[in-house]
Amino acid sequence: MEKSINISLKVWRQGSPKVKGSFEIYKLDNVSTDNSFLEMLDILNEKLIKERKEPIAFDHDCREGICGMCSLYINGHPHGLDGETTTCQLHMRRFHDGETITVEPWRSKAFPVIKDLMVDRGAFDKIIQAGGYVNVNTGGVPDGNAIPISKINADEAMDAASCIGCGACAATCKNGSAMLFVAAKVSQLALLPQGKVEGAARAKAMVAKMDELGFGNCTNTGACEAECPKAISISHIARLNREFLSAKFQD
Amino acid sequence: MAKKIETTEVEATKIDARIPAGPLAEKWNNYKAHQKLVNPSNKRRLDIIVVGTGLAGASAAASLAELGFNVLNFCIQDSPRRAHSIAAQGGINAAKNYQNDGDSVYRLFYDTIKGGDYRAREANVYRLAEVSNGIIDQCVAQGVPFAREYGGLLDNRSFGGAQVSRTFYAKGQTGQQLLLGAYSALSRQVGKGAVKLYSRYEMLDVVVIEGRARGIIARNLVTGKIERFFAHAVVVGSGGYGNAFFLSTNAMTSNASAAVQMYKKGAYISNPSYCQIHPTCIPVHGETQSKLTLMSESLRNDGRIWTPKKKEDAEAIRAGKKKATDLTEDERDYYLERRYPAFGNLVPRDVASRAAKERCDAGFGVGNTGLAVYLDFSASIKRLGEDVVRERYGNLFQMYEKIVDENPYNTPMMIYPAIHYTMGGVWVDYELQTSIKGLFCIGEANFSDHGANRLGASALMQGLADGYFVLPYTIQNYLSDQIQVPRLSTDLPEFNDAEKAVHAKIEKIMKIQGTKSVDSIHRELGLIMWDFVGMGRNKAGLETALEKIKAVRHEFWTKVYVPGVSTDLNVELEKALRVADFIEIGELIARDSLMREESCGGHFREEYQTPDGEALRNDEEFSFTSCWKFNGDGNEPELLKEALEYEFIHRQQRNYKA
Repeated sequence: MEKSINISLKVWRQGSPKVKGSFEIYKLDNVSTDNSFLEMLDILNEKLIKERKEPIAFDHDCREGICGMCSLYINGHPHGLDGETTTCQLHMRRFHDGETITVEPWRSKAFPVIKDLMVDRGAFDKIIQAGGYVNVNTGGVPDGNAIPISKINADEAMDAASCIGCGACAATCKNGSAMLFVAAKVSQLALLPQGKVEGAARAKAMVAKMDELGFGNCTNTGACEAECPKAISISHIARLNREFLSAKFQD
Repeated sequence: MAKKIETTEVEATKIDARIPAGPLAEKWNNYKAHQKLVNPSNKRRLDIIVVGTGLAGASAAASLAELGFNVLNFCIQDSPRRAHSIAAQGGINAAKNYQNDGDSVYRLFYDTIKGGDYRAREANVYRLAEVSNGIIDQCVAQGVPFAREYGGLLDNRSFGGAQVSRTFYAKGQTGQQLLLGAYSALSRQVGKGAVKLYSRYEMLDVVVIEGRARGIIARNLVTGKIERFFAHAVVVGSGGYGNAFFLSTNAMTSNASAAVQMYKKGAYISNPSYCQIHPTCIPVHGETQSKLTLMSESLRNDGRIWTPKKKEDAEAIRAGKKKATDLTEDERDYYLERRYPAFGNLVPRDVASRAAKERCDAGFGVGNTGLAVYLDFSASIKRLGEDVVRERYGNLFQMYEKIVDENPYNTPMMIYPAIHYTMGGVWVDYELQTSIKGLFCIGEANFSDHGANRLGASALMQGLADGYFVLPYTIQNYLSDQIQVPRLSTDLPEFNDAEKAVHAKIEKIMKIQGTKSVDSIHRELGLIMWDFVGMGRNKAGLETALEKIKAVRHEFWTKVYVPGVSTDLNVELEKALRVADFIEIGELIARDSLMREESCGGHFREEYQTPDGEALRNDEEFSFTSCWKFNGDGNEPELLKEALEYEFIHRQQRNYKA
């Protein structure tokens, strides 16, 4: 049932990558609890525009939890406190009347701030470009049913493939590691016969690129799994390690 | 085999789609056998711009680079993986007939033509059905984790408008998995240096030199800088124009601007009135809503749609005095099963949407607003168990619960139709080339394969068909005589003029400094579109819409307020440029709807219906593709017609009842 709340927002404002940023406080009254978090930010921006102030820049697109474009650290957690939820699917009914909500961008060396709450996650694309694919050209492939794949493997590959590339794992990791992101792709492809062939080489290439781009090492704290909006399991990191070790043996 | 050609009274047309001759099943093979190709050493010397990285754009960019062309690929988001194809849920069709249930290329072709209410080209649709099987094979080879049976083979589900199970899926995230497959193929080419990627860039104009597309003007969204790019050919896969309605299931940045720019440079916009309203979306909650969320059509496999049989019950539910679960079987009206016994809950989208509107307009709707119907899983949960239902639709149920705060395992979902997809778009010929030479248009952005209504799980099929298997052939037929053309300088006067025009437009918007936010004007446009150009259209309403859109245009160009500067990251400016173009396309939708005095597929004119409320086509006068030609700002566009000739299929009134 519709209800409305009054809130305060403590929002990170930063004009450009090079200038220093700071928090600003905004008050917002009568926010319907049926609104999503991003709709609440739309309302705030509409208000700022009316006051001839510059609206807050933030990333978002599909608003249904699948494109991975939205980010935001909300009250100290990536995508807020709700489990298995992206910021765009977080609703204001999860907040209480009178609450002060802190909103920050991803804080990670590999994700520099572009403006306000927007960050550059191009590093993730570079990791995929380094090897996150099967080497196959369009055309000339066998029938889709030529190689049976056990349902268990197909389902587990699907779980790994659910990664939306939002960057919450790296942003929440105290080491700034992108291990869960890399592991999800390596594991998905290693579980399928089509990707298994290049499994070891892929793991090696992607890990090398991750290191080169300034992401940290994994120390198995498990924070990434806890904060992942798609609940991707750290068991995929174990599979990545196996693929990585077999690459080392092949060297 | 060829029967009598069914022609119509449509006056002689100026538009030639350049369909190859020969029997339907041989046209594409014949084309490929006789088309011109570009040899490998020449491919390296040819540049191709691809705008968009959705299923069509990413698959085209990757495939063209694999062939050896030099590709420049642009996307509006921070990464190509975020294009809106990613949000497609249910599945992708292919004529594999793995289920041995009677499917074939011909049947997929036939279902698509019929589903499109006989307003698509036979040759295009047949080619689409033909290449559908290769798409599944390609995606499997890329490592797309399609759902499988316990024996290890690919699983299928059913979708609306078909009596066979031909839909391949990956949970409720098929679009995501197919897009990530295309994205991985694209990334591989970026890694090799064969594709140069421009993310957070937006195309703002196409550059035409001596009648041929030779490049684009694009804005770097981070720096605000306007940049020029040359190519021997330009391919646009920028998606549909559903956001003209403000509230839709499209992503927030989905826009019609590339299409409008092409239109203003001479490409035609075809059938803009064919907008798909998806029957199963989460109902609108209030005035501050920013977008609508789709619930996959696959839910109609196991969900039953109903409203209360008695108005008193509907009123009690709206007032919060009764709940859905209080009503017994006898008190529920499963209206789709009642009206369409043969297809039941799996009628095509346009039919299901109108039926929901009919019930709600008649006072049987539920929810606080009365603009909702139930989608009920209790029978399936009883039959299959909650675990099976969870496995099939778990992520969709979870999404519903997050948005609505109700558990659909215990109480029926509420749904209502919303704008979802646009069948109309930029006119292309059989080769996917627009009326401007060297300018191609693929995926949802073009108009070509779905007629007046698209069947579920066919958008993914078309996007990937265009990008993997059609364009990489047809573009070579064009480029084969461009091998002598050197890389042109972007200092040529045509580039100068195009950039100047873009600067002038931006400056004009920045200077208005009015009182209205971009979103507030977009919302006004959306309301007009939904109220007068939505599910039920009529002459008077459409004329009103045209007047009101004119007023919105005036309001935009005199009262919009864009803060900040144009030479920096400026989200409000980005939105303003898009809204200016939504106003143009919105007017075209209304104009096309007014012109088309018949009902077909997603275009329903209340004046033209059968006694029992079904769409009533007028094949004698309207069996044509409308092609709107730009005539200068402030002038009415010219209507050209491409006659639709049915050589192989006999047109009938669509019947999903028996």
